[in-house]
Amino acid sequence: MADALPRESAPLDAATAAPSLAQRARRPLWRDLLAEKRVVIAGSYLALLALVAIFAPWIAPRDPLEQDLMLSLLPPAWAAGAEPGYWLGTDDLGRDVLSRLIYGARVALTVALVAATLAAILGSVLGLLAGWYRGLVDGAVSRLVDIWMAFPPVLLSILLVAIIGAGLPAVIIAIVIIDWTRFCRVVRAETMQQAAQDYVIAARTIGFSRRAILIREILPNVAPVLVALVSLEMGIAVIVEAILSFVGLSVSSDMPTWGGMIAQGRQIIHHAWWVLAAPLAMLFVTVLAFNQLGDGLRRALDPVARR
Amino acid sequence: MSLAAVLRRLATAAVTLFGVAVVVFVLLRVAPGDPIAMMIGPGASEADIAALRARYGLDQGLVTQFFIWLQGLIAGDLGTSISLRSDVLGLLGQRLPATLELAGAALVVALLVGGTIAILGTLARRSPGEAVVDGANGLLLAVPDFIWALAFVLVFAVFIPVFPLTGRMDPTIDMDFATRFFLLESLVRAEFAVFGNIVSHMTMPVLALALPLAAIVARVLKGALIEAMGQDYVLLARLKGKSELRLVLQEALRNALPATLALTGVQFTFLVGGTVIIERIFAYPGIGNMAIDAVINRDLPLIQGIVLAFGAMFIAINLAVDLAVAALNPRLRHG
Amino acid sequence: MSAPLLDISGLSAISTRENARVLRDVDLVVAEGEVHGLVGESGAGKSTIAKAVLDMLPRTIRVTGGRIVFRGRDLASLDRASLRALVAREIALIPQDPMTGLNPTRRIEAQLTDGMRLVAGMSRGEARERALALLEEVRIADPARTLAAYPHELSGGMRQRVLIAAAFALEPKLVVADEPTTALDVTVQKQILRLIRGMQERHGTGVIFVTHDLGVVAKICDRVTLLYQGKVVEAGTAREMIETPRHAYTRALLAASPRYDRPEHGCDPVPGSVVAGLEAEIARHDEGRAP
Repeated sequence: MADALPRESAPLDAATAAPSLAQRARRPLWRDLLAEKRVVIAGSYLALLALVAIFAPWIAPRDPLEQDLMLSLLPPAWAAGAEPGYWLGTDDLGRDVLSRLIYGARVALTVALVAATLAAILGSVLGLLAGWYRGLVDGAVSRLVDIWMAFPPVLLSILLVAIIGAGLPAVIIAIVIIDWTRFCRVVRAETMQQAAQDYVIAARTIGFSRRAILIREILPNVAPVLVALVSLEMGIAVIVEAILSFVGLSVSSDMPTWGGMIAQGRQIIHHAWWVLAAPLAMLFVTVLAFNQLGDGLRRALDPVARR
Repeated sequence: MSLAAVLRRLATAAVTLFGVAVVVFVLLRVAPGDPIAMMIGPGASEADIAALRARYGLDQGLVTQFFIWLQGLIAGDLGTSISLRSDVLGLLGQRLPATLELAGAALVVALLVGGTIAILGTLARRSPGEAVVDGANGLLLAVPDFIWALAFVLVFAVFIPVFPLTGRMDPTIDMDFATRFFLLESLVRAEFAVFGNIVSHMTMPVLALALPLAAIVARVLKGALIEAMGQDYVLLARLKGKSELRLVLQEALRNALPATLALTGVQFTFLVGGTVIIERIFAYPGIGNMAIDAVINRDLPLIQGIVLAFGAMFIAINLAVDLAVAALNPRLRHG
Repeated sequence: MSAPLLDISGLSAISTRENARVLRDVDLVVAEGEVHGLVGESGAGKSTIAKAVLDMLPRTIRVTGGRIVFRGRDLASLDRASLRALVAREIALIPQDPMTGLNPTRRIEAQLTDGMRLVAGMSRGEARERALALLEEVRIADPARTLAAYPHELSGGMRQRVLIAAAFALEPKLVVADEPTTALDVTVQKQILRLIRGMQERHGTGVIFVTHDLGVVAKICDRVTLLYQGKVVEAGTAREMIETPRHAYTRALLAASPRYDRPEHGCDPVPGSVVAGLEAEIARHDEGRAP
């Protein structure tokens, strides 16, 4: 027994269902974005984090590399035996945890931004090509994705960094090489779906070239999904960087990273829990923020949900 | 699924696996860094190094090396580990059961936890409780295994030390195992003290691996359950006086499972991939932990063997999921 | 005949989601052993009445007035558990779509015997015997094999027969048939109508037959209630209503429904003036009452 009421109002819904361009233009994009609470909250946090990272030298209370064995393993400010000025305590080499955390945001955000953007570009280009041209291109790309998916990503990233050599560029390249498949799969499926829609067929019959349709019709419709994926990928990149630092394969030790701090904290966990807890908390909040931002963006940008 | 379909899947899988082997082989051989130099130390003579290179076949051309390796693979010989100086197949045989038990236990926990969340969410649908369940699940969904693992370390090994931090079981345990499946074997042989010890060692890594998958299972299953609960057959059963819980378990669950399995199967491969770092964090003696050492030591034959083992596991999982989905659907089973 | 089987009086309901009236002072009386047609276009409120009788209204619909008296008991006076028990025992439903009325992952036997075991407390063996007899009664050729089958192994007509068998399994006093033939093709429709009528007569069951098709009403119903936007437009015997319709809307609807006897005749749409008249009647009815 279907509910009689929605049926009653069905014609009304159908009339407004078509996401007409006029309607989209009427409501400005930023209002949709601000209406999504998580976009606002997560976005504000990430903007703040970016500012902290950029202005780290002015914000950090001390030099993150400065060692002072006299002041090693100081607890956070609220605990007994704390030293004033060392808000989150010090590690076993007497380095200020808060300052290292602030500088660590630089590496985390750099990796997030660059790696996610590059992975998105590589993956979407291959996905668009495979989804649009089908045939041999699709066969080759899909097989490649299959092979990639048969690797454990963490192992592959470790392998790649071991091969390319440690350092920030190596970490970024490794993430791009591993995670382009995420974009490729989604964009390929979306392109195939969009290509079968009436408006694309219409554009073809009017005589637009394939490339023009790809750029003018398909890309804008794939874009919302893509933006959301990039945000999610940034969270993943932050985690992968932390994992590589944890294993000891990321940037050199004279640049503080959250993952490096976590690895160090894991070693001295029974003496100084805060050395692990502080970067872990930052990692958690940051990954959550990227995740929520991505989710919120997908809702806000989805032309169907926006009507 | 028909036999022909299974065979076709196996053939595609073989091609994929071959591709994996080629990629790893090429990646490792073009990489800078000499495994022999890392192994032998600074004082060795040129002649010694050359001899060792020859012994591991590293003096041959790339293509020749690949075919030597491939020949060995077909004959069941994965070569010799350079850093551990031991047969790769033997090492895998020793370590793989530990990883399989870890991943298997995590899968079971993920299905139980995810299933429970999904059923609670379905029972609470369109009530304030649903938002609570969805919110909790959203948090589970966003946090990766790496963060869970370290959070558990802090909470359950440092703040409230209830679980042992590292290893697979206490080194003092003295039991003659016939297999390397310690968890299963101790259970089957009713050695409950040993079993309990292994369980307590596995709790944190298993939970860390299971929670992200549980969240995905919960989300997909809840959607499928709510859809099934709207069907007329559920309404008819409700009219007969079945309780909501029984409606979910007896009427909706079987119908919701195939879609859930199909959608979460791939996610299980992510769980298996996650064992690499989780084993590292908890010093758990599986192939993932061994893999990181192998990479750091440039142990080419060992890396190859491990990657191949992971690839084979991934493909086996996908095939198993397809078979399970087919088995659960009476329409496919009879048609 | 003494008291009616079902006596609905002054039933009103609103949809909280759309803040609109869905039932307006509906009176409906179903006598024991009669087939009562509940007719109207989609959205006329016929499904809402059926759901109210089954105590299956969605949360978005709130009853604002009126009574439903079933065999002398006011349903509103019963607590939840006894209401559920009463419905399980004495009221049954034949759903609209035989495709979704049966659980695809359970065998017919399990689905057919659920109620017998849960409500009537039969043993597995007794329930199976009863199920076999019922399937025979609804003229299924091979009852034993059908019991062992999954729904997808049966045709649409067979499934609807199984659902009819399930509805009559516990000898209910009232069966609600919710457009049970709309999803079937025409030849099967006739057989199913004849089957429901036959079952109903043999078991002495009252039936509420929900439909939008006046042609079906003529074939199966004793009495009819015609609804428009939740309001009763006309009620009476099926014969009267089809041969001497009193209301302009009924006449228009009759003209709009295809006639099996004169297929070349075609159908006329309901004229706009009739609809306007109805809207005015409803507006008059709503006047003075806050929605």
